[in-house]
Amino acid sequence: MAKQHVTTTVNNDEFEFLCEPKASMLDVLRDELNLTGSKEGCATGDCGACSVVMDGRLVCSCLILGVEMEGKSIETIEGMADGEKLHPLQQQFLDHAALQCGICTPGVLVAAKALLEKNPDPTEIEVRYWLAGNLCRCTGYDKIIRAVMDAAKEMRAS
Amino acid sequence: MDNSMDVGYSADDKELKFVGKRTNRPDGVDKVTGRARFGADARLPGMLYGKILRSPHAHARIISIDTSKAQMLSGVKAVVTRDDFEDRDSEFVPAGEMMVNYRDMVRNIMAREKVLYDGHAVAAVAATSITIAKQALKLIDVTYEVLPHVIDVVEAMAPGAPLLHDDLFTDGVEPKPTKPSNVAKRLEFNMGDIASGFAGADEILEKTFDTKPVHQGYIEPHSCLASFSENGSAELWCSTQGQYLVRAHCSKLVGMEISKLRVTPSEIGGGFGGKTVVFIEPVALALSKKTYRPVKITMTRDEVFRSSGPTSGGNVRVKIGITKDGKIMACEAELKYQAGAFQGSSVQPGCMCAFAPYDVANVNVIGWDVLSNRPKVAAYRAPGAPVSEYAVECVIDELAERIGMDPVDFRLKNAAKEGTQTAYGPKFGPIGFVEVLEATKALDHYKIPLGPNQGRGIGSGFWFNIGGETCVNLNVNEDGTLTLITGSPDIGGSRASMCNMAAEELGIDVGLINPIIADTSVLGFNFLSAGSRTTFACGLATIEAARNAIENMRKRVAQLWDIPLDAVVWEDGAARPASSNAGVFEPMTLPEIAKIAPKTGGPIAGHAEINAQGAGPGFGTHMVDVEVDKETGHVKVLRYTVIQDAGKAIHPSFVEGQYQGGAVQCIGWALNEEYVYGEDGRLQNSGFLDYRIPLASDLPMIDTKIVEVPNPNHPYGVRGVGETPIIPGLAAMSNAISNALGLRMTELPMSPPKVLKAIKEAGV
Repeated sequence: MAKQHVTTTVNNDEFEFLCEPKASMLDVLRDELNLTGSKEGCATGDCGACSVVMDGRLVCSCLILGVEMEGKSIETIEGMADGEKLHPLQQQFLDHAALQCGICTPGVLVAAKALLEKNPDPTEIEVRYWLAGNLCRCTGYDKIIRAVMDAAKEMRAS
Repeated sequence: MDNSMDVGYSADDKELKFVGKRTNRPDGVDKVTGRARFGADARLPGMLYGKILRSPHAHARIISIDTSKAQMLSGVKAVVTRDDFEDRDSEFVPAGEMMVNYRDMVRNIMAREKVLYDGHAVAAVAATSITIAKQALKLIDVTYEVLPHVIDVVEAMAPGAPLLHDDLFTDGVEPKPTKPSNVAKRLEFNMGDIASGFAGADEILEKTFDTKPVHQGYIEPHSCLASFSENGSAELWCSTQGQYLVRAHCSKLVGMEISKLRVTPSEIGGGFGGKTVVFIEPVALALSKKTYRPVKITMTRDEVFRSSGPTSGGNVRVKIGITKDGKIMACEAELKYQAGAFQGSSVQPGCMCAFAPYDVANVNVIGWDVLSNRPKVAAYRAPGAPVSEYAVECVIDELAERIGMDPVDFRLKNAAKEGTQTAYGPKFGPIGFVEVLEATKALDHYKIPLGPNQGRGIGSGFWFNIGGETCVNLNVNEDGTLTLITGSPDIGGSRASMCNMAAEELGIDVGLINPIIADTSVLGFNFLSAGSRTTFACGLATIEAARNAIENMRKRVAQLWDIPLDAVVWEDGAARPASSNAGVFEPMTLPEIAKIAPKTGGPIAGHAEINAQGAGPGFGTHMVDVEVDKETGHVKVLRYTVIQDAGKAIHPSFVEGQYQGGAVQCIGWALNEEYVYGEDGRLQNSGFLDYRIPLASDLPMIDTKIVEVPNPNHPYGVRGVGETPIIPGLAAMSNAISNALGLRMTELPMSPPKVLKAIKEAGV
């Protein structure tokens, strides 16, 4: 099948590309646009390492086709910091040592940001259930949950 | 190790500025912005995509492999099969805490006479796109003669079991067997007189426990990028716990000199022991050698489960005898561990660790290394120890209950301490098990009242920890900053710990040190980041390199001031005269010395090349409260505390992280995780949906208590901390569920159907 022409916006930059019909958004982000911050841990929507926000909705980019990016606005981990200023979530993750190997971190951060935009004052249980789609094998989640709670607090205060 | 090095514990001698502090992680920003480059994040011009064809059968003879149709597909540049890998002699070399055999390894990375497990590699292609590579795999025609298979370890040991290798004769039994079997090895550890030990016991309990293989579950699948040059050299980028071992294995399997292969470790997205061996790397090299183009191979999650190494499951019989007042008189165990398709399970460390936490005069441990039609096992955090210590700690708990003794008091009464003789060899130096148990008793957690269907469990664990070969370079740059070059992949924050130790030695701000993980061409051999060795061994080498750099800077200054070296001391980041007798000189700071280095002899650096000895054994205890839903069999974890001796926590956040991560891996192992095989010998749960590792929503916070009983063989007292946390939790979970239900389970995982079955059988 012929490649499809796609125009999309990623982190406020407009991109045009020819998309293999079978390619996932994750394949496009990583291989076509060289945005390798989104990770493939499973390609079946189970691990959340590829989490991105598409038109305001948190999705697993491995479960979306590249051609579905047409006309959409995508936010990835690469768009999270503002210049050299880290997002409060990013800074809290560093302060809490909420990452060990760091492979799940981009997906967890994108998912946590989406949570705090919907719910600026989540309970611990709400954070745990929101992040239930993001697997981390290193940390046992403890420091991740604390970092998200503290970032929420910091963002509410500012 | 250099004997001139002062290894006396110095933490109390002066206030520490960086060791023990929660410093910024040098690689942190890149990891929260998506910039850090992991295994699959590399690409090269002209790159081809490799894919591997894998066996659909658990056990089959390969009659023929026809790749001609695949070769003709447009875009396919190379195909490799068994014919592209030279056979190797049987030769054992260490990898992690295990030994590997190249004759086996060449068969594991590409099946030869037979496929031995579902997912065994049979052929591989390199093509201009992933899509074409996948199409090409479908065009490879493999004719199999399907053979009977065996999955279970006890069945694999039975006479008449399907035989994986007709040239495998059990090692370690007399007389030497005349018939081949699936049992590769028998080993035995003895101490004292087991019969008289049991004769002096008032209570004897004997039970058999069963555990399943579990996967390390790192979120990053294996990935590598190989590039062979026409000049016979090659570069390899890969996600690994040990670039030097990758180089050793790949150069052997591909047939090239070690110096011609340069292996660069990517950032590593979790390993836990599973990335200490090679699977796809030699295949990518072979494909690249055929095409002289870069070849990238990345495993799918399905391939990770089916074809990389899980850890051994096992069948463990434990018998312990005690006196009425709680003294352990005798301990006996028999361990049958799954090796997978080739010999080399983790049964040896399983035997070593089984009873090591306790001061017992009479011990007998027998281990069996057993093959079956499963992927060859790899290390997983304290390989072997969780399986044997789970069984022991369950029996200990039940015995304490029988004589009406508090389970912590029972362990305290029998705890190994300095001078305790182990059954596996060494006599312990200073260790912290008693301190760990005392800290456990003092926890508020221990006093919280429990409700209906709730139970509290205790489990303890021991890992010996290792040292090993290590090289470090510390370059003093011309602007007074430093570059710390180590060869140990950073799997959980070790760069920060190295910088803390180097800054402490040098007396400079930790932010002035920039660490990198070297490729294999930069430093001499470094052993794996495994066995909880990195902060200890790489730390020792870092400290020695820093001290070497300091000595070199003192030499420069002594020469400048024209006074003897002894008359120049190093304090707070500057060279100073040792006393007024040495003369009156203004101190020279590190940046000042660095700036004039060209005039005093050229570049300044510190080096260390060591084989680190004297790792400090690690002891820990886990305490967990659970609630069991008797209608569904679901177990909810209410509270969890990890108490462990770190020796010295160089960076407390990452020590806590090791404790918490290990505890949650215990919870997964105890409650959910297992390889599920069908009647056909195929793995049925090769994805994260069905192989269920713990989620954030399954868990409470994991509390930690860092105990610090210094290891005298490290200047700051470091023990390893990474392995021990995965040991105590299996028994702690099992004991907690037992206490909640008033019954004893002897099988992992304690998944809802198994808990329900146990409830039904016991009628509780």
